[in-house]
Amino acid sequence: MKTSLKTYLNAKTSAAPLAVFRIGFGLMMFYGILRFWAKGWIQSLYIDPQFHFSYYGFSWVKPIGEWTYGLFVICGLAALMIAIGFKYRWSMLVFFLSFTYIELMDKTTYLNHYYFISAISFLMIFLPLHKYFSIDSWRTGIAVFKVPQVPQWSVDTIKLMLGIVYFYAGLAKINSDWLIRAMPLRIWLPSKYDLPLLGELMEQQWVAYAFSWSGMIYDLSIPFLLLYKKTRPFAFIAVVVFHVLTRVLFPIGMFPYVMIVSTLIFFSPQWHERFIGFLKRVLKPLGFLFLPLSRKRNNQPAPLRLSSSIVAPVVVVFFAVQLLLPWRYLVYPDELFWTEEGYRFSWRVMLMEKMGHTQFRIEDAGGRSFYVNNADFLTPLQEKQMSFQPDFILEYAHYLGDHFTGQGYDGIKVFADSHVALNGRMSRPFIDDSVDLYAIEESLAHKNWILDFEEEIDGL
Amino acid sequence: MKLRNLLLPLLAIFLILACSESTDDGGSTSDDFDRKALLENAADNIIIPALTQLVEDLEDLQLAQQDFTATPNTTTLASLRTHWLDAYMTWQYIEMFNIGKAEEILYAFQMNIYPTNVTDINNNIASGTYDLSIPNNNDAVGFPALDYLLFGVGQDETAILTAYTTATDAQNRKQYLADLIDRMLELSNVVLDDWNGSYRDQFVNSTGNTATSSVNLLINDFIFYYEKGLRANKIGIPAGVFSTTPLPDRVEAYYSGELSKQLSLAALHASEAFFNGRAFNGMGSGPSYASYATYLRNNNGSEDLTAAINNQLGVARSQMNQLDDNFSEQISTSNQMMTRTYDELQRAVVLLKVDLLQTLNISVDYVDADGD
Repeated sequence: MKTSLKTYLNAKTSAAPLAVFRIGFGLMMFYGILRFWAKGWIQSLYIDPQFHFSYYGFSWVKPIGEWTYGLFVICGLAALMIAIGFKYRWSMLVFFLSFTYIELMDKTTYLNHYYFISAISFLMIFLPLHKYFSIDSWRTGIAVFKVPQVPQWSVDTIKLMLGIVYFYAGLAKINSDWLIRAMPLRIWLPSKYDLPLLGELMEQQWVAYAFSWSGMIYDLSIPFLLLYKKTRPFAFIAVVVFHVLTRVLFPIGMFPYVMIVSTLIFFSPQWHERFIGFLKRVLKPLGFLFLPLSRKRNNQPAPLRLSSSIVAPVVVVFFAVQLLLPWRYLVYPDELFWTEEGYRFSWRVMLMEKMGHTQFRIEDAGGRSFYVNNADFLTPLQEKQMSFQPDFILEYAHYLGDHFTGQGYDGIKVFADSHVALNGRMSRPFIDDSVDLYAIEESLAHKNWILDFEEEIDGL
Repeated sequence: MKLRNLLLPLLAIFLILACSESTDDGGSTSDDFDRKALLENAADNIIIPALTQLVEDLEDLQLAQQDFTATPNTTTLASLRTHWLDAYMTWQYIEMFNIGKAEEILYAFQMNIYPTNVTDINNNIASGTYDLSIPNNNDAVGFPALDYLLFGVGQDETAILTAYTTATDAQNRKQYLADLIDRMLELSNVVLDDWNGSYRDQFVNSTGNTATSSVNLLINDFIFYYEKGLRANKIGIPAGVFSTTPLPDRVEAYYSGELSKQLSLAALHASEAFFNGRAFNGMGSGPSYASYATYLRNNNGSEDLTAAINNQLGVARSQMNQLDDNFSEQISTSNQMMTRTYDELQRAVVLLKVDLLQTLNISVDYVDADGD
């Protein structure tokens, strides 16, 4: 056992898969940043709002006014440098830090795929993705005939990360809402009645069931089907069809493409080497663009090397966290979908159609009270997200409390009148409206001021 | 590359399968909800008839105004007030349709912004030169401005008549009155003409699920109106729900006094009628968002959303019925009755904004970001 582990850790493989992954990742991230900018989202999501919802413990991470654009410039440039493999470790570190900072600025925009990018870019800092077909590895005058070798485990960690995303997303689908009630697809799919060709189909109830069940089976099995050579081509076709379909049906931005390109890592080194051979032929005329970078590099010290005594523990801890974090919901009472305690960072993708309506009543020491117009403080997207997520409600209640205290009111209390509907059930009261939220501090403990769901959703 | 060779045929097979299955299931098309019929019902039986009625009412109002300015006396004033109220009541059936031309020309902003700005009105009258179309004058025109001119310019009828007869600025005031009604009629004709022209077909054929399709705009407008125009403006704001103290001078038709309840009940009735697809002339009903919700969800027992909304609107109506004819009066005597009415109206907001919108799962126009 010990020897086989040792053999595995010493095993080498072609650096080509990592190179292709690096290039694909860098280019997609660069495009993603451009797209985000072009849609005006930097302005509307990070600069326009007067208040930002913070992650627990990260309230110090805030947009930095107009400089927020600079943050995106840095992030985009780092992505480009990752793609060409220039000063890779530093670029990767800068990308991870800037991207993660952006995501931490406001949790209104939390998406599982942004978390995926943060997680995998952290991992990538510690992996040798720059060993082949990169500026870092390009030595003028020395023709590289042999593809460099990298540890087998470094390729496998990326496969493992992708496998965790799919498999945990599949596990999360094993619940009665998804499988028995076909929710939320039974709400979402019929609303796509205006799609060409597929529209009519989307209105059929059996289609929602078919999508729910096949989605669950797909997520659970795809990592394994991608691992085995015989099933790999079919698995990849399934990946393409699945993600293209989700792209057509839902507004999920870059995620489908990121996953399609990422799963290429499962293909053989030979496939990747052929692909790089193809890239080399295509890019040859552009070589002069990169030459200056490379020549200069020759006089510089070798790129940053990370000793395995650092890398090994980081990777082990990273995956331990990845494997355990999604289960933290088990320590909380009541229904996960209702309280959302332990919901994020767990690959729970598209599991809920949840909407809320939450109004805040401000009461002063004299017992006078009034309701707040949320639009005075929040953007429509923020109000939508705040209305059904308890941690948002609490944070906003504190913001309101501070605001009205600052206006000179004494003994401010903040009460929430909140109703939420989950997966097509009738809306029901969500927050105990007799609890002064201003007096409650945010913590990771169970929020006992969330009212009971009073229904069961069975499953994981 | 083997993969590339495989990919295309498989995609093709997938698409063919997807399509052929939908045609196999021949009976399925018949039970699909006809969104175009919903829009046709809204346009042909609700919106256009109400607008036509409003234009007629405003024409009558203009005639009454001409009689009044020719010979201001108690009879012509009474007639003018009656026709003003008729038109104002009809307006309650139109304000929610802030769509198409109405949205483009900011129709509602020039018809019913209250409280009206007495200072602006009097300045306009005094100067005799004004542009009623500028946003600055939105609170100096429309029904609320007429409310002030017909009921508020004097302590009693005699004093009001004096303002149009012997007062130094009587001529200017009469002119302002005429200009206001002229403007309201002109705007209403612009909106109605558009509906009678090309817009109607464009409207009923916009059945997609996009941020700008009629199906979505119409329900968004309706809910926005119910929440803001009805719940907040007519009841919540005057009752002090959003302020530390009640604001009895913020009621609709403040100067006439006895009409605020009547107008609010009409607005509530209009909301119920629209939700259920009932024709403006009261003759029958057609496809509506109520029937759309019934089509989309398992509408039975405690899960019956259509019934829940209608029940709640009914509860709100009976609560509102108990109020004084004069909301201002009601707020001063027992504001609790007002806030109770507000609470019942608010309960329907939850059902509309949360349950109904979740059921319809429409694309909302205000949220632009990726999801996952």
